[in-house]
Amino acid sequence: MTAFQAIVASRRRHGRNYAVLTAILVALVIAIFALTLSLGQSFTPPDEVLRVLLGEEVKGASFAVGQLRLPRAVLAILAGLSFGLAGVAFQIMLRNPLASPDIIGISSGASAAAVFAIVVLSLKGVAVSIFAVSGGLVVALLVYALSFRNGAAGTRLILVGIGVSAMLESVVAYILSQAADWNLQETMRWLTGSLNGAQLGQAVPLLAALVLFGGLLLNQARGLDLLRLGDDTAAALGVRVGRTRIAVIIAAVGLIATATAVTGPIAFIAFLSGPIAARIVGSRGSLLIPSALVGALLVLAGDYAGQFLLPTRYPVGVVTGVLGAPYLIYLIVRANRSGSSL
Amino acid sequence: MIASSLPVPARQPIAGRSNRVRSLWLLGLATVLAGLCALSVTTGSRDVGWADIAAALGGGQDNIGQAAVSLRIPRTLLAVLAGAALGLAGAVMQGVTRNPLADPGILGVNMGASLAVVIGVAWFNIASAQAYIWTAIIGAGCTAGFVYAIGSLGRGGATPLKLALAGVATSIAFASLVMAVVLPRNDIAGGIRSWQIGGVGGATFDRILPVLPFLAVGMVIALLSARRLNSLALGDEMAAGLGERVALARGVAAFGAILLCGATTAICGPIGFLGLIVPHLCRLLVGADYRWLLPFSAVGGASLLLLADIAGRIIARPAELDVGIVTAFVGAPFFIWVVMRQRIREL
Repeated sequence: MTAFQAIVASRRRHGRNYAVLTAILVALVIAIFALTLSLGQSFTPPDEVLRVLLGEEVKGASFAVGQLRLPRAVLAILAGLSFGLAGVAFQIMLRNPLASPDIIGISSGASAAAVFAIVVLSLKGVAVSIFAVSGGLVVALLVYALSFRNGAAGTRLILVGIGVSAMLESVVAYILSQAADWNLQETMRWLTGSLNGAQLGQAVPLLAALVLFGGLLLNQARGLDLLRLGDDTAAALGVRVGRTRIAVIIAAVGLIATATAVTGPIAFIAFLSGPIAARIVGSRGSLLIPSALVGALLVLAGDYAGQFLLPTRYPVGVVTGVLGAPYLIYLIVRANRSGSSL
Repeated sequence: MIASSLPVPARQPIAGRSNRVRSLWLLGLATVLAGLCALSVTTGSRDVGWADIAAALGGGQDNIGQAAVSLRIPRTLLAVLAGAALGLAGAVMQGVTRNPLADPGILGVNMGASLAVVIGVAWFNIASAQAYIWTAIIGAGCTAGFVYAIGSLGRGGATPLKLALAGVATSIAFASLVMAVVLPRNDIAGGIRSWQIGGVGGATFDRILPVLPFLAVGMVIALLSARRLNSLALGDEMAAGLGERVALARGVAAFGAILLCGATTAICGPIGFLGLIVPHLCRLLVGADYRWLLPFSAVGGASLLLLADIAGRIIARPAELDVGIVTAFVGAPFFIWVVMRQRIREL
């Protein structure tokens, strides 16, 4: 076998593995989706679930499945896909796992803008999403302008982002403390993210954002992957670096902000999905879709665990926060050990 | 690599500042503090006439105005104590770690103290003030050790940015844990939520009293370590050459700072960024000599926290804004500024 044939063969094998692994992730998402629909406080047989989904009125199941479980599960999947996609896009573009939108303040920007729109301006629905997206974009540009160095994100960008995020969180805390009818549940949504009180109507802006911004992001997938090699190499390979970067920022911020406006900043999903997806599929292909699937998986499983598997009911953000925190510390330990500049 | 992380900008003409000028600055700062104390007692979300203020200072509680003022007195005292403690702790930490980004909030020490207190309240039903304080101090100490260990892994030891990143990550991690511990306990969640923001409102003399000995010991240790911090600032080898026992000097000074942070957090909740801002501003005034910097940081910290508290009461009228929110809002841009000033080589 010539060297060329060997390369082609290994490419093919890798491509097949990538497809298989991605398919497994899809299957897992569907399996957990089905599980959350049929098993909650009570068990609903799969055939009844199916009949509810097809629009039939099933006694004893229509409310639990159609009103409680379905909106929750659908929102979990959509938000998870958005967070996973946006997170990994930033991580790839800035070549740093710590540069995910929830750590460098973009989620906090979206969250602060959303809280402002809801509490102070009494807005609802799409208007809140527009506010959130604008807030996220402003923060992204601010952090980028303050710390941009040759495309890669050094520790400087991370720390600047963390500072911005601390400031915005104090704004959120202020607005929440001013709100007359603030309660613990709403507060928790804006502090860690939660799916409590999910409604199917909320899925519409999420779905629209996913189609629009997700499509834009996937359209840039090749350029984004090449940016990993460095700006100069990417440019030499025909990537229009500046344009790709702007498209990726707009798309990723649009995704994360729309999702944040609905569910709040669910802790660490954007940060965790990319590295987990990379562990699963390796460097066989674009990380965008696997990471989105991992995000959906994390939110679904985290919400299910928070509702039914733990002694107390936790909002999903607390579950994912406790899971993600040790990983964050581990990442820093590993980076310090190997002497790489994070 | 270590010498480059000195928090001392070399261009400062340190020798050019005579002790008389510094004494005058200190006196001026103390006057500002006194003025702020007066302002803090006289302003608040409720307007109170001068006659009532005077009566309240004499112990009167006859009408709602006098009662309001008599609530402001312990609050002012607490703000002064906590501000002094945090400013001092920040300066000591910057000296011990030779890190201009060090701050009890950024290094995660306050969050560690608060996690310990929350766990103590939720799982072990601690209730006495003494127990709170001890738990907070132990939490602060463990966290400081943990963050320093993570931050100093690898080549170059504990560089400013590695240490800051380790501290911030630990802080984020502990904040999630605090949420997880608090949520199941609806009975304590509300109280802990408001404590967690960090504030000096609702202070009473009864609550301040138990924390005084800890603050006093911490302040004495911190102030006495000024000379050691000066040697440490020269770098470990130089300090050892001057006859300093480096590890011991570090340990003692850090212990003082941990006492201060733990005790303050136990009573006020985690207040961030104050320990970062104050020493930097004071360095602009008096230079890098810790014998001057430490007392300045104490007085400056007290003034700044008091100012933040007064601002919080005026901005959000008729409600109040917790001082932790104000310091985060003002301190975060300052933090960003310090990060951006760091030399690129260290990034």
